[in-house]
Amino acid sequence: MAVTEIPSGPSVLDRLSKPKPVAVLVLLMWLPLMAYVMFGQAIGGEARAVLLPAIPATLMLYVLGIRAFRESRVAVIGLTLVFFWLLMAVSAPYLPLMDPNKPIAPFTTPFTERNDLFFWLGTDFKGRDMLSRMIWGCQRVLVWGVTATMVAYVVGAMFGLISGYLAGWWDEIISFVANVLLSFPVMVLFIVILNYLGPSGFNIVVAVTFASAPAIMRIVRGLALDIKTRDYVYAAQTRGEHPLYIMIFELLPNVRGPIIVDACLRLGYTTVAITTLTFLGLGLQPPDPDWGLMIRESAKTAMLWKFSYMLLVPALAVSSLILGFNLMADGLREMSLRD
Amino acid sequence: MSDHAADQVPVLECRNLCISYYTRAGEIPAVVDFNLKLMPGEAHGIVGESGCGKSTVALAIMQYMGKNGAIVGGEILFEGRDMRQMSEEELRRIRGSRIAMVYQEPMASLNPSMTIGDQLAEVPIYHDGLSEREALARAEEMLAKVRLPDPKRILASYPHQISGGQQQRVVIAMALLSNPKLLLLDEPTTALDVTVEAGIVELINEIAEEFGTSMIYISHNLGLILETCDRLTVMYSGEAVEVGDIHDVFDEMRHPYTRGLFGSIPLPGADKNAHPLAAIPGQLPLPHERPEGCNFGPRCTFFRDGLCNVGRLPMHAVPGDDDHKVRCERFQEIDWDRDLPKGEAKPPVEAGDTVLSVENMTKHYLIEDGGLFVGGSERVVKANEKLSFTAREAETVAIVGESGCGKSTFAKVLMGLEDATDGKVMLGTVELGDLPVERRNAETISKLQMVFQNPFDTLNPSHSVGSQIARVIRKFGVASKDEEVEEIVFRLLDTVKLPRDFAKRKPRQLSGGQKQRVGIARAFAGNPKVVIADEPVSALDVSVQAAVTELLMDIQRENRTTMLFISHDLSVVRYLADRVVVMYLGRIMEQGTTEEIFAPPYHPYTEALLAAVPIADTRIEKRHIVLKGEIPSPTNPPRGCPFSTRCPYMMPGTCDAELPPLRSFGEGHRILCHLDPAELAAMEPVIKPKVEAAE
Amino acid sequence: MLKLILRRLVQMVLIMAVSSLLLFAIFDTPEFKKRLAVQELGGFAVSALTEESYKSWLAARGLDVPFYQRYANWVGNILSGDLGFSYEKNRPVAPLLADRLANTGILAFFVFALMIPLSLILGILAGMKEGSLQDRTISFVSVFTTSIPEIASAILLTIIFALGLGWLPVKSAMIGGFNFRELILPVLTLVIYDFGYVARMTRASMAEVMTSQYIRTAILKGLPYRRVVMRHALRNALIAPFTLIVLQLNWLLSGVVVVEVFFEYDGFGKLLLEAALFPDVEVVQACTLVAVAVAVLSQIISDIGYTFLNPRIRFA
Repeated sequence: MAVTEIPSGPSVLDRLSKPKPVAVLVLLMWLPLMAYVMFGQAIGGEARAVLLPAIPATLMLYVLGIRAFRESRVAVIGLTLVFFWLLMAVSAPYLPLMDPNKPIAPFTTPFTERNDLFFWLGTDFKGRDMLSRMIWGCQRVLVWGVTATMVAYVVGAMFGLISGYLAGWWDEIISFVANVLLSFPVMVLFIVILNYLGPSGFNIVVAVTFASAPAIMRIVRGLALDIKTRDYVYAAQTRGEHPLYIMIFELLPNVRGPIIVDACLRLGYTTVAITTLTFLGLGLQPPDPDWGLMIRESAKTAMLWKFSYMLLVPALAVSSLILGFNLMADGLREMSLRD
Repeated sequence: MSDHAADQVPVLECRNLCISYYTRAGEIPAVVDFNLKLMPGEAHGIVGESGCGKSTVALAIMQYMGKNGAIVGGEILFEGRDMRQMSEEELRRIRGSRIAMVYQEPMASLNPSMTIGDQLAEVPIYHDGLSEREALARAEEMLAKVRLPDPKRILASYPHQISGGQQQRVVIAMALLSNPKLLLLDEPTTALDVTVEAGIVELINEIAEEFGTSMIYISHNLGLILETCDRLTVMYSGEAVEVGDIHDVFDEMRHPYTRGLFGSIPLPGADKNAHPLAAIPGQLPLPHERPEGCNFGPRCTFFRDGLCNVGRLPMHAVPGDDDHKVRCERFQEIDWDRDLPKGEAKPPVEAGDTVLSVENMTKHYLIEDGGLFVGGSERVVKANEKLSFTAREAETVAIVGESGCGKSTFAKVLMGLEDATDGKVMLGTVELGDLPVERRNAETISKLQMVFQNPFDTLNPSHSVGSQIARVIRKFGVASKDEEVEEIVFRLLDTVKLPRDFAKRKPRQLSGGQKQRVGIARAFAGNPKVVIADEPVSALDVSVQAAVTELLMDIQRENRTTMLFISHDLSVVRYLADRVVVMYLGRIMEQGTTEEIFAPPYHPYTEALLAAVPIADTRIEKRHIVLKGEIPSPTNPPRGCPFSTRCPYMMPGTCDAELPPLRSFGEGHRILCHLDPAELAAMEPVIKPKVEAAE
Repeated sequence: MLKLILRRLVQMVLIMAVSSLLLFAIFDTPEFKKRLAVQELGGFAVSALTEESYKSWLAARGLDVPFYQRYANWVGNILSGDLGFSYEKNRPVAPLLADRLANTGILAFFVFALMIPLSLILGILAGMKEGSLQDRTISFVSVFTTSIPEIASAILLTIIFALGLGWLPVKSAMIGGFNFRELILPVLTLVIYDFGYVARMTRASMAEVMTSQYIRTAILKGLPYRRVVMRHALRNALIAPFTLIVLQLNWLLSGVVVVEVFFEYDGFGKLLLEAALFPDVEVVQACTLVAVAVAVLSQIISDIGYTFLNPRIRFA
């Protein structure tokens, strides 16, 4: 169709970001979860109380999300998968589950009863309930995965804006550092960094930042290079705005759109990375459940058809979360193209 | 069938053609009830604004509707056969051989990774079964026919290696290779500079004569249609509203929209004080929000409830002329002999003291020719060379030039984004030339503001309209309290004739013309002394252009602002400028008052520019001057006079060796040329009223 | 164009120099020196070592000289082919690394041999008719497969083909010499995760080209559809995937770690991980350097290829 100047309604982005309520809900969901995962053990038994506000917040966010994404079935499916795990993460302590770390009845196959207890997904080689471990297992990967991705975005976007907008020597230096980091294969970089820092959730954040920020920086830099030629940036320059103002108020809001799609994809990559690193023994440490850890522990003992459920359960769980992120990215891209 | 009868078969006939697009919102009719009859050798123009469906018609004729478009009704007969009944294979044989098309953007229309030779040779290979060698030979021949220099070199080039004008000639050559019956031209010159455009138009006219090809010429520019076509269809919002012989439509228009269009374009004789333009009120309806009855109804001054807004309107033949048809229920009641609509006359504004003076302003860039790291050779690009002119209070000074003339660099220096290499730019008593924007104080900055060209770029899509204006008000210290700022924002919206609740809207909810109004409000928020308007209306639709132009001038008149109006369009310049500066490749070739510029003596470049601008007025006669070649690259300008490579008066040994002297003709009228003043003075006017044949 | 390639080469050399310096710096901290001592002398011996005798050990290993000098020595050693000594495997690093790289090379060869045609053909088929059933099916399958990380697909494939059907061996340690059947699962795992990504990129590139104006020109020139796709669309559409595929080499070096560990395939990735966990410092160092070299090399190839395929750059 010929290009017509059709003033159109608010975009998907606008609809998504009635910014204030959504931001409040996200914080309500996220901060308790983070606090619980990071400091839960230190606080002790009643730590689960902090998660109380997070449960309704998660549900409300899900409803808002469905409404924003209603045009794309793919995005709705993705959102549902992701929010299923988010809900599991915030409500795990309240669910009628067995203690995920307590050995009960080793090698119980799924759908069987043992010691008057019914094991839907069986138990692992130590006798811990698989269902409970699967549900509890999403907490750490979600918290560290999302935190790591967010930190990587803050760092990457900052350098990308500086490099793209200020250009010149800034660009030369930042781009060169990014090129150096990008010339390490991701997993090799992870191994080198985590080998250097030691395995822990926090160090995963550092490693993911080093591995992802250069790529993010390149994307943002490209967008900034494009946007800075627009007349509204020219207008801001000619009214004597400080470069910092231009970067934050004129450029940043406009790189947001393309970046959100990329962020969903990258959340998937980070989840893969954390699970893989944990499987390799460089990531999250036992005894608390985690999908990568479940695979790692079972990979040595469960190589029999009869016990393959021990591997299958965490493998499917992690795949469903990543599928959720990827479908969300796909749906968002599709919707932004249509707008 | 006798030869005579064959002559009577139209090359192309569209009957009741209806085309729709299917989107999320459902079926959107793009073109409704379109009829067209094209006889052999005839050139038919389709004119209309964006979204009126003119390009859709062209693609429908080619039976190329894309994924979501479809022809939902009617017939397209090519030499008497309905193209909608043809098989894919039959269509393929017709496309490119019997019907060929020339597109708006030549660069995008050519495959970037194939040589031009390969792309041209395909046509005869697939349509005429020639061998590759024969095909290339024919392609070379055709390139010579479209007047491309050095066809051999061009055959071996890739599209990006030749200029835009040359690319368009290649596309035309490609279209002509199989000697088509019908040539569709979809805005073939819109992306080109005026003087290059003139060359392409000349070529198209010659083709029509030499090959006898029938043509459909699609354009938004009435002047171009007048220069190229025999008949004309005016389209509005998916419908043909007036069809007829070109002179009938131009001189005896019978549809209020056509009349409105003519009223809103600056023809010679229009004058911003005595005969201002009359804009068509309102804006184009969206395709899915078209009104019942006449689509033009809501904007029409002759609208009558109960007559114009009922049912589908048919085309009526104008009595006494079967070929002239209009889609208007009231055309017989309207007094068409009244003059074209004109705005209210306004008293001229006296210019005040000098506000801005530019003296020998020079801007050079250094480009490094990529060495490995540093080093490599450095080249100097002379973007601006010794510019000198002044602008007075309340005066409009137009800076005219084509691409590469240095007008945007000049704007950058003025706005403080670049330092002048040499010379002075004085705003009042402040020297701006080497005062970058960071070092200017808020007062200086607010005195000098800019209105930008592209409505889609001028506003930040992420912030509301109100907040963007408010930022300027705060930044320039006009006001700082929230209520005061809001009040000023509202007042500014009133000034640019936008509703106050637009303050809360995001730019994407505004049309192009509305965005441009917000851009104007933003520029005037800090009470500027000087406003640089960089082609502020060139990206807008014709009917909206007039309204925005008038608005800009009203505000200027009220505030006694000095306006630097940058443009390539001499018709607009003639209409609104008090004085004109003509630039070419970084230099001022001629400057003077508007009357002086538009009358002899001319600089040869000004003369060519004047001749190149198409004028939509049958009463005007224009001298025919077409410049050869292309605009040289500013990185590698010619020696001597920058215009020497294309100048029809070029004197070898003088013009291409030394810089021409600056010749003065009366107060302020200066021409940079080697020609003898007497010779310059003896030039004939380019535009003059047609001498009526003796009656 | 030669200048462009030369420029890239110089840039790459610079990147190699900086990343090797970085590597050297990481493995040059007191902590890693101590680890080195532990490997060489044994943990107990080191803890019993006095400050003085530790220092003399440092001196004997040449670790007490200034930083730049040690870096120069290190680079010199590496350039002369001496990559150090593996204390875990008790043999020089160079031949060890060569063996393992060869194994990974075999793996990579089959992965690429399978992935490239698969992903390109699927991507082009999908992109050719955007929005059609064939496009949606291919797109869905590729999102699905890229969502299953290597570790999960390794598990699924093992469960189905090795544990369930018993067609293929569970592990790929190649104890009884090279066995092609043991290669199948690792290759499939890598292909499944990777092809979807390349196919999606190819699809996007093809879809974009198919909606471009020059394709419209080609169709309206009256060329047969086959010619339009093969001659006009394909070349432009394959520029982006080509560079992407070469860069997949970099990606593969990441994926190969988990797959080799899971299937116990003795390749480069497994070597790197084992060395990192041991920690076998000089092996880690050498492996990382090799990985960076491969990555940088693939970037050069991709750049040169891009320049070569794209006349707009070739004849700029």
